[in-house]
Amino acid sequence: MNKSVARHTSGGTGFFLFPYSVWSVLFIVVPLVFVAYYAFTDNNFNFTFENISRFFTAVSQVKNPDGTFQEVRTYLVIFVRSLKLAAVSTVVCLAIGYPMAYIMARARAKTQRLLVTLIMIPMWMNFLIRTYAWMTILQDTGILNGFIAKLGMSPLHIIGTETAVVIGMVYDYFPYMILPIYSILAKMDEKLLEAARDLGCNGFGVMRRVVFPLSMPGVISGITMVLIPSISTFYISQKLGNGKFFLIGDVIEGQYIANNLHFAAAIAFILMVILLVCMGLLKYITGRTVHGGA
Amino acid sequence: MKKIIELKNITKSFDGEKVLDGINLYICDNEFITLLGPSGCGKTTLLRMIGGFETPDEGEIIFMGDCINDVPPHKRNVNTVFQKYALFPHLNVFENVAFPLREKKVPKAEIKQKVDEMLSLVMLSNFANRSVTSLSGGQQQRVAIARALISKPQILLLDEPLGALDLKLRKDMQQELKKIQQSTGITFVFVTHDQEEALSMSDTIVVLSEGKIQQIGTPADIYNEPKNAFVADFIGESNIIDGVMVENFKAKFSGHTFDCLDKGFAEGEPVDVVVRPEDVDIVPEAEGMLKGLVTQVTFMGVHNEIIVDIGGFKWMIQTTDSVNVGERIGISLEPDAIHIMKKSKYSGMFGDYSSYSNELDELLDAGGEE
Amino acid sequence: MKTTSKIYTSLIFVFLFAPIAVLLVFSFNDAKSLSVFSGFSLRWYRELMSDENTLESVKNTLILATSATCISTVVGTMAAYGIYRIRREWMRGVMNTVTNIPMINPDIITGISMMLVFVFVGHLFGAATSLNFWTLLIAHVTFCLPYVIFQVLPKLNQMDSNLTEAAQDLGCTPLRAFVKVTLPQIMPSIITGAIMAFTLSLDDFVISYFTSGNDFQTLPIRIYGMTKKTVTPKMYALATIIFVVTMVLLLINNVVESKDRKEDRYNSEGGTR
Repeated sequence: MNKSVARHTSGGTGFFLFPYSVWSVLFIVVPLVFVAYYAFTDNNFNFTFENISRFFTAVSQVKNPDGTFQEVRTYLVIFVRSLKLAAVSTVVCLAIGYPMAYIMARARAKTQRLLVTLIMIPMWMNFLIRTYAWMTILQDTGILNGFIAKLGMSPLHIIGTETAVVIGMVYDYFPYMILPIYSILAKMDEKLLEAARDLGCNGFGVMRRVVFPLSMPGVISGITMVLIPSISTFYISQKLGNGKFFLIGDVIEGQYIANNLHFAAAIAFILMVILLVCMGLLKYITGRTVHGGA
Repeated sequence: MKKIIELKNITKSFDGEKVLDGINLYICDNEFITLLGPSGCGKTTLLRMIGGFETPDEGEIIFMGDCINDVPPHKRNVNTVFQKYALFPHLNVFENVAFPLREKKVPKAEIKQKVDEMLSLVMLSNFANRSVTSLSGGQQQRVAIARALISKPQILLLDEPLGALDLKLRKDMQQELKKIQQSTGITFVFVTHDQEEALSMSDTIVVLSEGKIQQIGTPADIYNEPKNAFVADFIGESNIIDGVMVENFKAKFSGHTFDCLDKGFAEGEPVDVVVRPEDVDIVPEAEGMLKGLVTQVTFMGVHNEIIVDIGGFKWMIQTTDSVNVGERIGISLEPDAIHIMKKSKYSGMFGDYSSYSNELDELLDAGGEE
Repeated sequence: MKTTSKIYTSLIFVFLFAPIAVLLVFSFNDAKSLSVFSGFSLRWYRELMSDENTLESVKNTLILATSATCISTVVGTMAAYGIYRIRREWMRGVMNTVTNIPMINPDIITGISMMLVFVFVGHLFGAATSLNFWTLLIAHVTFCLPYVIFQVLPKLNQMDSNLTEAAQDLGCTPLRAFVKVTLPQIMPSIITGAIMAFTLSLDDFVISYFTSGNDFQTLPIRIYGMTKKTVTPKMYALATIIFVVTMVLLLINNVVESKDRKEDRYNSEGGTR
C-alpha cells in the first residue's frame, strides 16, 4: 500500500484554508506593507523620510485671543487633540457603561435579553445619521436649547466645542463598551460572589476584589473598541465640531482628497504604530494588575 | 482461534513524546479483549490506530493478512463506540442508527427493518423518534452501540464507554455488552482504566503502562500471576516486598524464609514478592511468622481492612477477624499466598500502604524535603 | 431591579434614544426646520421616493451587501474549518493574528491601505480610475471575513471532535463527514456570521469611502454626500425607513430565537422523563 498518503485526519485542511490564505495575504498583509511603502517614498517612489518628518515638524500660525500670532506644530497639535478627545470619550464610556453593564448582568434573564436588544438598536442606525441627529439637537437654535429656553435658562453653546465632539463619540461607541463588559459579568459564577462574602468581603469589597478584576478582559476589549474608532474618526469632528476641530482622521481624509497619498499613508503609519504601542501598554499594565491582586 | 488483527512493533510519538513504544499484539476472532491501564498509558491511541484515526510512526497493522496502515477509517470494517458516544445531535435515534446504512445507499425498506432489529437488540424500540439529546446517559450509550453494530463490523472498538454511567447502571451494561458480544460473535476491543470492569468482562486483558505492554493474559492469570510490580499494584490490592530467592521454592523477606511455589530464579537473586491482602492469615503474635503493630482499621462491610506495620513496612490485610489499633499481631502465609516476580523498573514504586494514592506519596515526599 | 438601577437605566436609554426620536418626529415635519415642528406631513417621504440617486444607492448597497455576504460566508466558513483543523500551534497563531488585523485596525487605516494597493495596481495597468464596484466588493469581503470566521470557529471548537470521527468511522469520507455532520452542527453560527457580515456591509461608510469610485455609490456614501450640503428632512425620512425595517427584522429574529429556546426546553424536559 502507498506509504506516502497524507494523514487522512488532517488531509484536506489545505483545501479549506487555501482561498482564505490567498485572500488574507493579498488584501490584509500586502495593504499594510503598502502603507509602510507609501509612507517612506515620494511621488516617484524614491525612498524618503520627508513624509514622516513633515508630520512632526510642519508648523502653522494660530491667532491668540489677544490678536497676536503663535507658531504651532500643525499635525502634532491635531494628533494630541485626537488622543485627548478619544481618551476622554473612552473614560466617559467606561464610567457610565460599567454600572449599566453590571445592572444588566444582575437583571432577570428576560430583562437581560430586552436590555441587550435595546442597547443594540441605535447601533443599527447608520452612524452618519446618528451623528447628524446630534447636530440638530445640539445646535444653538436646536432642540436642546429650545427646551432650555422653555425652562427659562440661558442657552448653551455646545456645537463646535470639544464637548460636542465627545458627546458624539460617546453616543456612537457607547454600546461597544457595555456589551463586552456585560457578557463577562453575565457569565460570572454567582457562587464566586457568595464565596467572597463568605470569606468576609462586604458589598464594596466584593466589587473591588472579585467582580472588577474578573471583568478586566471585558473592560479591556471595551476600551479597545471605543478608543480605536474614536481616535481615528473623521465625521464626528466635522459635523459636531463645526469643522473647527480637526482630528487626525480629518487630516488623513483631507490628504486623500488632495491626492497626497504618500503623506496620508505616513500619517496612517504613525497612527498604526502608536495604537500598537498603546495596545501593548494596556495589555502589559492590566496583565500586572490582574495578577498582582488587590 | 483465527487471528483477525495483528499489531507489529507499533511506535507512535506526539510532539516528541513516545506514547506507544514497540507494541506487539494479536487479537483473535470472536474475542473480548480489554486494553487496561492508567490514563496516558497509550491505550486510547492504540484503539484509535485500529480505528484508523492515527497512523503508526513505525510498525504495521495487519488486518486479515493485509497491512492497513494507510486505510482511512471509512474504508475499515471496524466501528467505534466513542467515549462520550458522539451521537449526532441533529439526528434522532432512528437516523443515528441508520447513518452508516444511508451512507452505503441501502434500500429504505431494508434500513427500516435493520434499524428496528438493532433497536430491539439494545431495547430502545420505543425511542426511535426521540431526539438523542433528550436521552439519559445509559440510553445514549445504547444508541451508540446500536449505531456501531448495525453495519456488522468485524471488530467493535469501545473507548471507555461506561465511564460516564453510575455504578449500578455500569454493572448492568457490563453484563449486557458481554451478552451482545457473545450473541453477535463480533470481536470487541474494550478500553478502560477500571480493573474490576476488565476482570469481569474480558477473555483477554492487555495491561499497558507508559506505552508498553506489561502483561497479556486471561483475567485469572493477570490477577494471580502478575508479571511485575506495576501489574500487581494496578490489578487489585497488593503488598509488594523486597525479597531474595534463597533456592527453588524458598524465598526470604522481612527477615523470615518462606516456602513458596516459585522456581527458576538464580540462588540469591533479589526479587519482588507479592502478597494479596486477602491471603494473609492473622494469628496470635507468638505464633506469627512475622510480627507487627496494627496502625489502622477500616470497616469495609464484608471485611475489615487493616494496616500493619511490620519492620517499618506497612502491610494491608483484609480479614473478617476483629482487631484493634495498637494491638500487636502475628501473620502467617501459606506457600500459595506468595507470588515471586522478577525485579523490574517498577520495583519499589508500589506495594507499601503508608498511603493509597501516588499523589499523597508525592506530597508527603515533597513536604519531607523542606 | 432596585429603584436607583431603574432610574440609571432610564437615563441611559433617554440618552440612547433621544436622537432617534428626534429623527422619527422631524421626518414628519411639514416645514424644513429641524428644530420647530410645524405640522404633520408625508412631504419628505414623497420627495425621497422621487430621489432617483438615493434609490439607486439603496439598490447598490443591497447588491454589494448580498455579494459580500455570500463570498465572505463561504470563504470564511471554509477558513474557520481549516484553522480548526490546523495541528501546529504556531500556524494557528499566525492565522488568528492575521484575521484579527481588520477587526482591530481602525477602519480608516484598513480603507487607506486597500486603496493604496488598488491605486497602485490600477496605475500598473494604466487605468484612469482604479476604484470601482470590484474594489469595493473586495474591501467589503475583507472586513466581513473575520466576523464570519470568529463566529464559526468557537462553535467548531465547542463541537465534540469525536462527531466527525464517528461519521468517518461509520463510512463517510472526510468531505462527506463535513457536509453531513459538521455543517449541520455549525449552521446556526454560519447564519449568525452571515447576518453580521450583511449588516456590517450595509452600514459601512469609512472603508467604502476610500475604496469606491464614482460609478457605484452606496447608501452611506450618498448620505455623506447629502450631509455635506444643507440637509433636508428627506434624510430623516430615509433614516426612519431604515429604522423601521431593522426593527421589523430584529423582531422576526427575536421571535424565531425564542421559539428555538422553547424547543430546547421541551427537549431537555423530555430527557428527565
